[in-house]
Amino acid sequence: MIIHHPLLGPRDAQEFTYLGDATLIDRPDAMAEGALEAFDAYLHLRDNPAGTHRELWYHEVGDRSWLVVTRDTRTHEITQVELARDVALSKGRGR
Amino acid sequence: MSRARLPSGGQIDRARRLEFRFDGRAYTGHPGDTLASALLASGVRLMGRSFKYHRPRGVLTAGSEEPNALVTLRSGARAEPNTRATVAELFDGLEATSQNRWPALGFDAMAVNDWLAPFLTAGFYYKTFMWPASFWERVYEPIIRRAAGLGALSGRDDPDDYDKGFLHADLLVIGAGPAGLSAALTAARAGVRVILADEDFRMGGRLSAEAFALGDQSGADWAAGAVAELADMENVRLMPRTTVIGAFDHGVYGAVERVADHLPIPPEGKPRQTLWRISTSRAILAAGATERPIAFADNDRPGIMLAGAMRAYANRWAVAPGKRVALFVNNDDGLRTARDLAAQGVRVTAVIDPRADAPDPGIDGARHLPGAVVTGSAGRLGLDTIIVRSAQGKEFRIDADALAVSGGWNPNVHLTCHQRGRPVWDDALAAFVPGPDLPAGMTVAGAAAGTFSTHGALHAGHAAAAEALAALGHKAPAPDLPQAEDAPVTLHPFWHVAGKGRAWLDFQNDVTVKDVKLAHQENFRSVEHMKRYTTLGMATDQGKTANVPALAIMAELTGKSIAETGTTIFRPPYTPVALGTFAGRARGRAFKPTRLTPTHQWAEAQGAVFTEAGLWLRAQYFPRPGETHWRESVDREALAVRASVGLCDVSTLGKIDIQGADAAEFVNRVYANGFAKLPVGRVRYGLMLREDGFVMDDGTTARLAEDHFVMTTTTANAVPVFRHLEFARQCLWPGLDVQLISTTDAWAQIAVAGPQSRTLLQRVVDADHDLSNEGFPFMACGAVTVCGGQRARLFRISFSGELAYEVAVPARYGQALMERLMAQGADLGVTPYGVEALNVLRIEKGHATANELNGQTTARDLGLGRMVSDKKDSIGAVLSRREGMMREDGLHLVGLRAVNADSRLAAGSHLLERGAGAVAANDLGWVTSACWSPHLEAPIALAFLKGGARRQGETLRAVNLLSGQDTEVAVVSPHFIDPEGERLRG
Repeated sequence: MIIHHPLLGPRDAQEFTYLGDATLIDRPDAMAEGALEAFDAYLHLRDNPAGTHRELWYHEVGDRSWLVVTRDTRTHEITQVELARDVALSKGRGR
Repeated sequence: MSRARLPSGGQIDRARRLEFRFDGRAYTGHPGDTLASALLASGVRLMGRSFKYHRPRGVLTAGSEEPNALVTLRSGARAEPNTRATVAELFDGLEATSQNRWPALGFDAMAVNDWLAPFLTAGFYYKTFMWPASFWERVYEPIIRRAAGLGALSGRDDPDDYDKGFLHADLLVIGAGPAGLSAALTAARAGVRVILADEDFRMGGRLSAEAFALGDQSGADWAAGAVAELADMENVRLMPRTTVIGAFDHGVYGAVERVADHLPIPPEGKPRQTLWRISTSRAILAAGATERPIAFADNDRPGIMLAGAMRAYANRWAVAPGKRVALFVNNDDGLRTARDLAAQGVRVTAVIDPRADAPDPGIDGARHLPGAVVTGSAGRLGLDTIIVRSAQGKEFRIDADALAVSGGWNPNVHLTCHQRGRPVWDDALAAFVPGPDLPAGMTVAGAAAGTFSTHGALHAGHAAAAEALAALGHKAPAPDLPQAEDAPVTLHPFWHVAGKGRAWLDFQNDVTVKDVKLAHQENFRSVEHMKRYTTLGMATDQGKTANVPALAIMAELTGKSIAETGTTIFRPPYTPVALGTFAGRARGRAFKPTRLTPTHQWAEAQGAVFTEAGLWLRAQYFPRPGETHWRESVDREALAVRASVGLCDVSTLGKIDIQGADAAEFVNRVYANGFAKLPVGRVRYGLMLREDGFVMDDGTTARLAEDHFVMTTTTANAVPVFRHLEFARQCLWPGLDVQLISTTDAWAQIAVAGPQSRTLLQRVVDADHDLSNEGFPFMACGAVTVCGGQRARLFRISFSGELAYEVAVPARYGQALMERLMAQGADLGVTPYGVEALNVLRIEKGHATANELNGQTTARDLGLGRMVSDKKDSIGAVLSRREGMMREDGLHLVGLRAVNADSRLAAGSHLLERGAGAVAANDLGWVTSACWSPHLEAPIALAFLKGGARRQGETLRAVNLLSGQDTEVAVVSPHFIDPEGERLRG
C-alpha cells in the first residue's frame, strides 16, 4: 500500500504503524457527568463499515505525524489523507 | 551424443558445450538450453515420479506452468527441490536429481501405489484414517507424508544471499512476447519510465517458439531487435529472468529476479535472487496464454506433451520430440505443430482431431483422422503406442513415441485476480478472459486478454501503451509494427475422452477425471468444494494446466454451462517462490538490528556476558577469574552495591525530551499522578496508564526547567510510549504548546549506586557542584559538568534502594565516563554490575519492571492505587475506576520469601494454599519475578496474589508443575530491604 502523506508525498505502508478508527480523536471530557459511560463507549464501541473508513496511521519511521487516512475497506482505495492534528483542530480540540 | 537434437536451427549456441549431470549420468547441452530441452535433446524423457501414484513422468510443457518435470537442482546446501526442469537455465556443471522415487527413477518401489489406485481416490485419507483420532498425527500422517510428496530440503543453511529492493516506474509491462514488446516500444519511445519484466531468460515469449515471420524477419529476430532498441534507452529497465508474482494495492507489484540462478554459484557480492517491490502508475499485463491438455486414459506417459510446447522444443531448442510423432488436437493452432515438425524433418504419423470438419494440415505420410479421438496410451516408462478410436467408432493402435496434445489455450489471467477480480467465460474462445474489475491502473493485452493472433497481440500492445500514455499525460507515437499472422481462433471445445482407465487432469497432484466425478457424486460440486475435495489445482503450479478442463467436466456433470459453474481465482505468487527470497537478508544475526550500549566495547573488554533485551545487547554480569557459576558473579555484584558502590549502564531506558510552555500540563495529563507542581530541579516517579485504565509503563521524569522535562520509560516500552505521547500531543490536545523528541540514543546514562556513590561522584563531577545531601537531596536533578567541563546531567534516583545517582553524558562520552568512574573508584572497590544484579537489587527493593507491568496490571494491583489522581484529567484515570478494577479480592503485588532457604523459587510458579490440589480452581496468583537474595540469603520473589494486601504473614506454596517445584513461601512486604527508604535518602 502507498499512503500519500500530506507533507512528504507517497510513502510505502511499511513506514507506518496502524492504530484504528479515527474516532479515537474524540476523547470525552473526563471531568464531565457520565464520563465513565462516555469513556466506555469511546474506547470499546466502534463501527466496522464495509466501505469508507477513517482511520489513524502513524508515520513511525518517518516524520512521526499521525495521519487520518480515509480508506475503502473493501478495495483499499485511499481517497483522502490528512494530518490528524488538523482534523483534531477542525473538530474543535485545542488545549 | 545428442540423439534428438535436430541438425540445425534453434536459439542455442552450438559452438559451446555445457556439461551437466542428471541422476549421476553425464550429458551435454548448449547455452540457450533449459534442463528440460537438454535432457530431451539427449533422449531422456523420464524425469520424475508423480506425487501420489509414483507414475513415470516427463515434460508436459515448455514453461513455468510445468506440473511434471520437477527435479532437485544442485546438491549439498544449495540443493533446491521441486525446480521445474522447463525453466532451469542450463549452465556448465549443473547437477540435477529426480525426486519421489526409491530406489531409482527407472524402478520405483513406491509405484505399488499405482496398483492400489482404486483405493487412493479423492477423499481416501479422510474416509480411511479416521479412527482412532490420535493415530492421525502420530501414525498415519508420517507414513502418508513419506510415501507421497516431492523433493526434500537439504536441511542445511542456504549459503547464498537474497536481496530486496524497490523500483519505480510510470509503466510496468509484464511479459515480453509480441504484445509486451510492442507496448514497451510504444511507451519507451514516448519517453516515460518503463520496466519490462519477463520470467524467461530470453525475451520474446511465443515469438521465440514459433516459426512464422514478422515482416521479413523471423519472430525471434524481430524480438531480438526490439529488445536491443529498448536496451539502449535510458528510460527503460529490462528485467529478464524476472517473474512478476503478484499485483498488490496501489500499483505495487512484487517481482522475483533470478539474478544468479543460471550460474553455478552467485558471483562475489551478488544475491541469488532479488525480491523487487515495483511501484508503478500503470501496468500492462501481457503474460500470454497457457495451453491446456485433453484428458484421456493414461495421458500422463512421458512423450505426451502439449502441442505448443512440442513446437517450442523443435523451433527454439532444435529438439525432435520423437521419431514417430502423432497429434491429438481440437484447434487449428495445434495443427501448426504438425507443420513445424514436418518442416524440421520430423516424421509425423497421424493427426487425430475430434472435430468432424477438421481441416487437413496436409502432412506427407501422416494419417488425417477427423472426428477421431485418442482413447489410451501404452509403453513402459514412456510412450510407444497410442490407441485411437475413429469417427466410425473403430479402435486401433498407432505407433507413436511422441504425442502432441492441445485442447486450446487459456489466457494467463492470474494477476488480474490478485485484487479479487473474477475472470469471465468467453464462449467464442472457450476460455476465461480477464473480468472488468482489474487491479487499478492495469490493462491486459494480447493473448492474456484472449487476443491470440500475433498481429492482434502487436496491435493490442500498442493500443494498451497508448491508453497508458494518455493516462500519464503523454501522446503515443504512431505504431511501427511488422506484418504478422492473423489467424482466427478455430476450436471446438473438447475436454476429455470418455472411457475406462484413469485420465489425468492435475498431473502434479495426481487428480483424474474419476476424482472429479467422485466429487460430483458426493456433492462437492461448487468449484471451491471440488478444488478442496480433490486437491485439484492446489499443487505448486496452482493448476495452470488443470483447472479449466476440470471445471468443464464438472459443468458437464451438473448440466450447467461453464460460465454458470464459474472458476476459482488465483492468489500470489504466480509461480512458487523460495522462502529465502521473502526473508531476504533478514536472517541469522541480520534478522533484526542489534543495538549496542555506549559502554559495550568496554564491557566486552571486561569479559562481560551479554543478554538480549529487545534489540539491545546488555551486560548480564561480569565474571571474575575463579568464578565458575553465574550466581557467584551476580551475588558478588549485588553485595558490592549494597556495601560500597557499583556501576551499571542504563542507557537503554527510553528517554523522551519534552519542551514547551505547556510541557508541565502535558506531562501531568499523560501520567496518572500529579506532575504540574513538580519543582524545577526535581525528579518524580511517574505511573502511566493506558486509556482503558491498565498500567502502560512507569519511569522517572525530571524537570530541568520551567518548560523542559526529560521522561524515562522502560527499555521495552520506549517506542510504544513515544508513539502514545505523540498521539496525545497531535490528536487529543493539538493546542498545547509542547514538542517531543526521543533522546534515547543521544545520552549515555550510568547508574552509580551504593553507599559510596556520592564519594565517587564527587571525584568526577566538577567541584563547583554541591553534591551534599542538603545541596543535592534524594530526587534532585540538574545540569552539571564532569571531568573538567564536560556537560552532563545528574539525577539522584535509585532503583536499588541504595544511595544512588544516574549520570548522563552525550553518548559518545559514555565509555570514557565509565572508564573514569572505574579508575576513580578503584580504592572504593567500585564494581561494574549487569542486568542480572540490577534485577536482584530491584526485587529486593520491590520495584516493578516489565515482568509486573504485563498489560493486565492495574495501579491498584501494584499497590499504587492511591497515586491515580482524581483531581485532574489524565489518560486512563476514568476507566481505572471501573467497578471490576476496584475489587477487594483483586490481585495485589506482594513479596514472597522461601521458608526453607535451600529450596528453589521460580518465576511463573502459581500460588496455592497449603494442602490445596494443583488445579486451576485453587489458583491464588503467580510469581512474576524471583531471585536468590544474597542480602537476605534466601530465595525471594515478587508475586501477584489474590487479596494479597491482607495476607501478609500467611504461608502458601509456590508450585511449578513444569520443573516439579513445590516451595513453601511466606507472604511478606515487597520491600525486602530498607522499607523506610533511609538508605536512599542518606
